Amino acid sequence: MGRAGGPAAPPWHSLPDEVWEHAFSFLPADADRGAAACACHGWLRAERRSRRRLVVPNCYATDPRDAVDRFPSVRAAEVKGKPHFADFGLLPPSWGAYAAPWVAAAADGWPLLEELSFKRMFVTDECLEMIASSFRNFQVLRLNSCEGFTTAGLAAITEGCRNLKELDLQENYIDDCSSHWLSNFPECYTSLEALNFSCLHGEVNFTVLERLVSRCRNLKTLKLNNAIPLDNVASLLRKAPQIIELGTGKFSADYHPDLFAKVEAAFAGCTSLRRLSGTWDAVPDYLPAFYCVCEGLTSLNLSYATVQGPELIKFISRCKNLLQLWVMDLIEDHGLSVVASSCSKLQELRVFPSDPFGHNGGQVFLTERGLVDVSASCPKLESVLYFCSRMTNEALVMIAKNRPNFTCFRLALLEPRSPDYITRQPLDAGFSAIVESCKGLRRLSMSGLLTDLVFKSIGAHADRLEMLSLAFAGDSDLGLNDILSGCKSLKKLEIRDCPFGDKALLANAAKLETMRSLWMNSCSLTVGGCRLLALKMPHLTVEIINDPGETCPVESLPFDSPVEKLYVYRTLAGPRSDTPDCVQIV
Amino acid sequence: MSAETERSSTESCPASGLDFEDTALTLTLRLPGSSSSSAADADRKRGASSSTSPAAHQSPSLAAAGAPPAPKAQVVGWPPVRSFHKNALAAKFVKVAVDGAPYLRKVNLHDYAGYDHLIRALQDKFCSHFTIRRFGNDETKLVDAVNGTEYVPTYEDKDGDWMLVGDVPWKMFVEACQRVRLMKNSEAVNLAPRAAR
Repeated sequence: MGRAGGPAAPPWHSLPDEVWEHAFSFLPADADRGAAACACHGWLRAERRSRRRLVVPNCYATDPRDAVDRFPSVRAAEVKGKPHFADFGLLPPSWGAYAAPWVAAAADGWPLLEELSFKRMFVTDECLEMIASSFRNFQVLRLNSCEGFTTAGLAAITEGCRNLKELDLQENYIDDCSSHWLSNFPECYTSLEALNFSCLHGEVNFTVLERLVSRCRNLKTLKLNNAIPLDNVASLLRKAPQIIELGTGKFSADYHPDLFAKVEAAFAGCTSLRRLSGTWDAVPDYLPAFYCVCEGLTSLNLSYATVQGPELIKFISRCKNLLQLWVMDLIEDHGLSVVASSCSKLQELRVFPSDPFGHNGGQVFLTERGLVDVSASCPKLESVLYFCSRMTNEALVMIAKNRPNFTCFRLALLEPRSPDYITRQPLDAGFSAIVESCKGLRRLSMSGLLTDLVFKSIGAHADRLEMLSLAFAGDSDLGLNDILSGCKSLKKLEIRDCPFGDKALLANAAKLETMRSLWMNSCSLTVGGCRLLALKMPHLTVEIINDPGETCPVESLPFDSPVEKLYVYRTLAGPRSDTPDCVQIV
Repeated sequence: MSAETERSSTESCPASGLDFEDTALTLTLRLPGSSSSSAADADRKRGASSSTSPAAHQSPSLAAAGAPPAPKAQVVGWPPVRSFHKNALAAKFVKVAVDGAPYLRKVNLHDYAGYDHLIRALQDKFCSHFTIRRFGNDETKLVDAVNGTEYVPTYEDKDGDWMLVGDVPWKMFVEACQRVRLMKNSEAVNLAPRAAR
């Protein structure tokens, strides 16, 4: 450590890079590492060369080759593609988010890559084949809400990735080519720790599965698909009693005492089981077979289960250590009040609608009462997703008062623009109470009848809010203006069917560059407004998205032509070149 | 995508059947205060709102003043439920009979996004030599390519009446349908003619 003559440089300036790399390894958040990298060239060099984990929340924010060049030592990468509203059918299927360029860049620049995750992206069999052949120590593949591949691609993975530890397929659309992907795991292969094929429709060879489970002694997570009957689930559990997370697949069978005893015995052996999920088809008779694991459960996902009634409630009431509960509204208010009194450690609650489109005559199972009870009695509750048919301001105010520790609050009232069902007033007061009380709120989804007033509160109070979802809300551009001029931490904004127009966007154009993305559909935007926005903000990509089949070129449209769907995001890479006909970048 | 952009959203029409969420009955409203370009909305698929105050509850289906109460309007992508979740919901299985076939089949109406989707599935299920013939007035028939027999899709509703498939909005049909019968054309002419569009 030399010292120059004259003004002495601080001694830490000449520390070798390895020291800084080691120091940076203690920074938990990517944001912290990014901030450190901005301090000086030396830190930039040390940080980027030692970054091991990279998350790219918008695959179009950068060219994949640039990302690989900048962070050459990455071992785990996660890339996300389509905007969130794609989940609800609002994006044309051909929109984009192709994984291929990312796989190609990774194969080139990250030969030591161990983990790859894709969410809402188009992944082909060729991608999977390339993954299988490019990374000699590949261990973890997670595909969430992706499409474009078949079981043939999976076969390439299971055959080629000798060190595979985790294959997690969550809610993907996979074409079944009857390829024996499961059989492709070699007989000598024993390193599997997590396997999730719950979204596959086809049969798997049960003998092969059983042998795989038997020889992989480190298997901790197993999520089966609907093709595996209850009897076989029990057999598998006997081979893997060390399991921590189980997805049972289609848990439905006529009651037989023998089968019940087999299931009960199998579960009794699973003393490490902590997380349980599955598509339980209303067979209350079998629920007592699970009683032995209830006490140990921290996570219970019954969001695909149509089971209901007193047996369901009895079952959940035994799960005293639950941290996370996902359930259908078939649990009803009464069931939630039991949850409130039994599950004192609950942190996350999601209640899904069993009849979202009113096919069953719009029966009401669940009201605001259930949420009020849970928020009153569960002190650790911080994350809620709640579908119900009615709400009041009073209930929301009570919820806000009881639970100032919410970090995520999402309320979906089934009928758009539903007012307070007692006073018939908008729900402005209720949601304002939520944002004023919950100072740490990071994610908010609102629904029901809402005027511009609520946006005033949000803009003023929601300092930590990162993601906001709006539907059928507001009266005018003032609403959007309040959001964009406030909400200091806003990263993602998604809006549908609100009367927001160009003015608010243009007035707050600079804000959009501080955000990751903006989605708006069925609002009051015009082609001219979008063009102006694009001109003003060269680092934003402004996409106008039409219905597939409508390909009228934007250039030929008049200034005040309405824009049905808009997606705006910041990018280092300039406009993308893989747009389908129905997408135009202005 | 069907030519639904040319139709006023207040007119009920059969679904395009392409995607579960993209049913033709997509009524979306904008509240007063929206930009002046709303004047151009009249002939677009989204209906303009009536000018009520924001405080009043407004059913999305009552877009036009004086319109008869429409069934609960289905909006694309609302409520925000993913298809994986929808697939887990209660099924509605109905029997499907084809005149002359030895046995019946059952289909889950919730599996289908609309009429097109259902007709295609019926074609698959019954005979691979059925072809689908569409007529200019939107009628759809299944035709047995081997002997030329035409079949008209009909259904029994909750009142016990036999109706022509395709008249009412898809979701209304799913709610009302108790069973389906592919009726030989010669018998189907006895059903009441469709109301003119």
